[in-house]
Amino acid sequence: MSKWGEHSKPALTVSRRSVLKSAAAVGALAITSSGATLSVVAQESAPKRGGHFKLGVAAGATSDSLDPGTYTNSFTELFGKTLHGYLTGIDADGKVNGEIAESWDVSKDAKTWIFKLRKGVEFHNGKSLDAKDVLASINHHREEQSKSGAKPIVDPVDEVRADGPGTVVFVLKDGNADFPYLLEDFHLAIVPSKDGKADVSGVGAGGYVLDNIDYGVKGTGKRFANYWKSDAAWFDSFEALAIHDVTARTNALATGQIHAMERCDLKTIHLLERNKDLEIVSIAGTQFYCTAMDCKAAPFDNADVRLAVKHAINRQQLLDTLLHGHGKLGNDHPIGSTNRFFAKNLPQREFDPEKARFHLKKAGLSDLKISLSTADAAFPGAVDAAAIYQQDAAKAGVSIDVVREPNDGYWDTVWLKKPFYMSYWLGRPTADWMFSQGYAADAAWNQGHWKNARFNELLVAARSELDDAKRSEMYAEMQSICRDDGGEVIPVFANNVSALSRKIAHTKLASNWDLDGFRCAERWWFADA
Amino acid sequence: MAPIAKIIGQRVALGMLTLWIVSVIIFAGVQFLPGDIATEMLGQSATAETIAAFRKSLGLDLPVHLRYAYWLADVLRGDLGTALSNGRDIGELIRPRLFNTLFLALTAAIMAVPSALLGGLLSALYRNTFFDRLINVFTLSSISLPEFFIAYILIMVLSAKAGIFPSLADVDSTAGLAGRLNAVALPALTLTLAVLAHMTRMTRTSIINLLANQYIETARLKGLPEWRVLVRHALPNAWAPIVTVVVLNLAYLITGVVIVEVVFVYPGLGQLIVDSVQKRDIPVVQACSLIFAATYVLLNLTADVLSIVTNPRLMHPK
Repeated sequence: MSKWGEHSKPALTVSRRSVLKSAAAVGALAITSSGATLSVVAQESAPKRGGHFKLGVAAGATSDSLDPGTYTNSFTELFGKTLHGYLTGIDADGKVNGEIAESWDVSKDAKTWIFKLRKGVEFHNGKSLDAKDVLASINHHREEQSKSGAKPIVDPVDEVRADGPGTVVFVLKDGNADFPYLLEDFHLAIVPSKDGKADVSGVGAGGYVLDNIDYGVKGTGKRFANYWKSDAAWFDSFEALAIHDVTARTNALATGQIHAMERCDLKTIHLLERNKDLEIVSIAGTQFYCTAMDCKAAPFDNADVRLAVKHAINRQQLLDTLLHGHGKLGNDHPIGSTNRFFAKNLPQREFDPEKARFHLKKAGLSDLKISLSTADAAFPGAVDAAAIYQQDAAKAGVSIDVVREPNDGYWDTVWLKKPFYMSYWLGRPTADWMFSQGYAADAAWNQGHWKNARFNELLVAARSELDDAKRSEMYAEMQSICRDDGGEVIPVFANNVSALSRKIAHTKLASNWDLDGFRCAERWWFADA
Repeated sequence: MAPIAKIIGQRVALGMLTLWIVSVIIFAGVQFLPGDIATEMLGQSATAETIAAFRKSLGLDLPVHLRYAYWLADVLRGDLGTALSNGRDIGELIRPRLFNTLFLALTAAIMAVPSALLGGLLSALYRNTFFDRLINVFTLSSISLPEFFIAYILIMVLSAKAGIFPSLADVDSTAGLAGRLNAVALPALTLTLAVLAHMTRMTRTSIINLLANQYIETARLKGLPEWRVLVRHALPNAWAPIVTVVVLNLAYLITGVVIVEVVFVYPGLGQLIVDSVQKRDIPVVQACSLIFAATYVLLNLTADVLSIVTNPRLMHPK
C-alpha cells in the first residue's frame, strides 16, 4: 500500500494558501527581494472577508435543477462547486488534494481505494458528515435508472462501502491510478443522506448556503458559518446571474453591475483590455475544438487520408483569427499543455499542403472531395473555421464542401452521425479520463469511431500503473498514436477567457474548469478598493 | 346592450376554438423538431441508456396522440401540468415570469400610449409644420432601427456614459416598485420607441382624414378653437382605427419582447419559451403559447368592443 493524499505533497511545495499566509510576514522582505514571484504575491492584499460578489455566467436555463446528476452547464456547475463539498479537489497547479477525504490509500493493483473522511465537516442543515452521506451521494449516480451525467465515471466502480463512519472504500472493476482525480468531477457532490437516499435539494457542505435560486435567471448564496475551511469563502454572500448575451454580460461588467464575467467576446477583447478597471484572465485549459472523421467508412478508413486532412488545416491561422491568440495549437490529440502527462517532445503538426498531397497519393487518390458538417453549436465560430479550413485545404488538393447544419438539435442529428463534422470537448482533467471517454474503442462518445489496438492496450495498462514515470511514457506514446492515426483533427485548444473587476483579488487561477475551477466564490475576495 | 353581449359571447367561443387550434399546431410543430427533451437535455453527454431512462421516466414512450389527449384533459381541468425538464409545476414556473412580462408591457404602455396619442394629435393640429416633420422623422427613425440596436444605443448613452439606469434589468420578487421601475426603465424605453411610430401615425392620419368632413367645418364656423375641434369633434370619430392599432401594439408589448429580454437579461415569458423550445419541454411551450394566443384573442376582442362602444352607429344598428 502506498500512501497518498495530503502526505504525498512534497514539503517544499509552496501551496496557494501558505503563500498567502506568509505573504504578510515577508512583506517587507519581498519589497527588497528581487524574486518576481514574491513581489507579485506581495502586491495582492491578504484575503479578507466581506462583500456581496456578483458574477455573470454565460449559461443557465429554466430547465436546470439542483440535482448534481443533472448539471450540464456552467451555471449549475458553479453552484455545485459553491454549495457542495467534494471528496477531492484540484489545485491551481493541476494536482489533486484532499477535501472531504482527508487522505487515501490504494492497493497495488489500483483497484481498492480507501478514503479517510475529514472529521468535523458539517452540512448546511447542521448534520455532521459521515460515510453514509458519501455512499448515498455516490450511489445516487450508480442507480439503475440514473439519468446522471456522471454515470460513465461511476460505472467502473464495482462496490462502494463504509468501513466505520470515517472511512469509505471504493472497489473498482479495473485498476485506475487516477481515481481521486475523477472524484473531483462537479457531478459527484457530497450531499446529506436522507433515509439512505441522496438529498438533492441543494443542501451541501460547501462554503455557501443556498439562499434563493430562480432557474435560468439567478441564484444567491450566503456564507456558511460552520464551513470546515476557515481560510476560504471570503465573501459574505454571492450572486450568479445567467446572462447569455455576451454583449449584455460585457455591459453589466463595464457598468459595475457585476464583478466578474466568464466567456468574453474574443472579437472585441482588445477593446475590453483598454478598460483599466478590468483584468482579463486567459487561462489555458482542457477545452479543444475538433473535426471528427468517421474511421469506419471510406474515405476516412484509410490512415493516410486522415493524415492528409490533418496536414491540410492551417492551425496558426485558426488560433490567430478564431481565438485571437487566446489558445494553444493542437496536435491532433486531446491532451492539453496543462496536463501533467502532456507529451512535450511530440513535434507540432504544421499546415503542409505538400505532405497532404503526399499522403493522398499514398492512399491512391489524386484529390479528395469531402463534406464538412458544421454549425456554431459545435463551438463559437465553427462556421467561419470551416470556411478557413476549406480555403487552406484546397491548396492541398482536398476540396471541402461546407454543409451548414442547424444549431438546434446539432448534438442529436450531426454529432457522432455524420462522416466529417465539427465538434468540441470541454476536456477532462486527466489523460486516462479523456482517452477513456472519447477515444477508447468502446467509448460511447468516440467521435471518429476510431479503434487502434495498441492504443487501447496502452490505455488499460496505463490506467492501473502507479509509477508516474512509466505512465508518462505510455501516455506520450498514446498521444503520438492518436496524433498520427486518430480520427480527429484537433487544430486548437481554446483558453478560458474571463474578465474581472480590479476590485476582485485572487491567486493563481486553476485550469481544470472555468472560473478558477468553478470555485471563484470560495477562492476570490474583495481587495481594498 | 344585448347585441354587445351576443358579440362578446360569440367572440369568446371563437377565441376558445382558436386557442385549441393553436395548441394542436404547437404540439405538432414541436414534434417535427429534431430530437426530444431527452436528447436536448443530455446534449453532448447523452448515451442510449440515459436517453431511454429519461424518456421512460417522463412518459415520452407513449404515442403522440395519447400524450396530447392527456395534456388536453389536464388543461381542461385547469392543470397546466409539470415541466418535463425539472418536474416543477408550470403554474409556479410561469407566474413570476408572466408578472414580469405584464409589468414591463404595462410600464411601456403607460409611456407609449399617451405620448403617441398626444404626439399624433399635435402633429395633426400643426400638420405640415416643422414640428409635425420632427415627430414624423423621430418616430419613423425609431421604428426603422432594429430593437436591439436601439437598446444598445440607450445602454451606451444612459447606462455606460451617464450611469442613470442599469444595463441589466435585474428584478426579483424582493424588489420594490421603485427598484422595479428603475430596472425596467431601459427595456420599457426601448419598447416605447419601437411601438410609438405606428400609433402616432395612425392617430395623425385618422384625424386628418376626418378634418375634411362637413361637421368639422361646421364646428370651425361656430368659432371653436382648433384644439377643441380636434378633441371634441374629430377624435371621437377616430377612435375605432386608433384603438385597433393601440391594442395590436399592446399585444406586441407582451408577445414580441424576446430580443429586448435577451439584451437586458429580463426574466420574462419570452426567455422561458425560448428555453423550453430548445429543450423540447412541450407542456411549458404549450402553456406559454396559450398565454400569448389568449393575449391576442382578448386584446382583439377588446379592440372590437371598444370600436363598437365608441361608435353610436354600430351601438344602435337600425
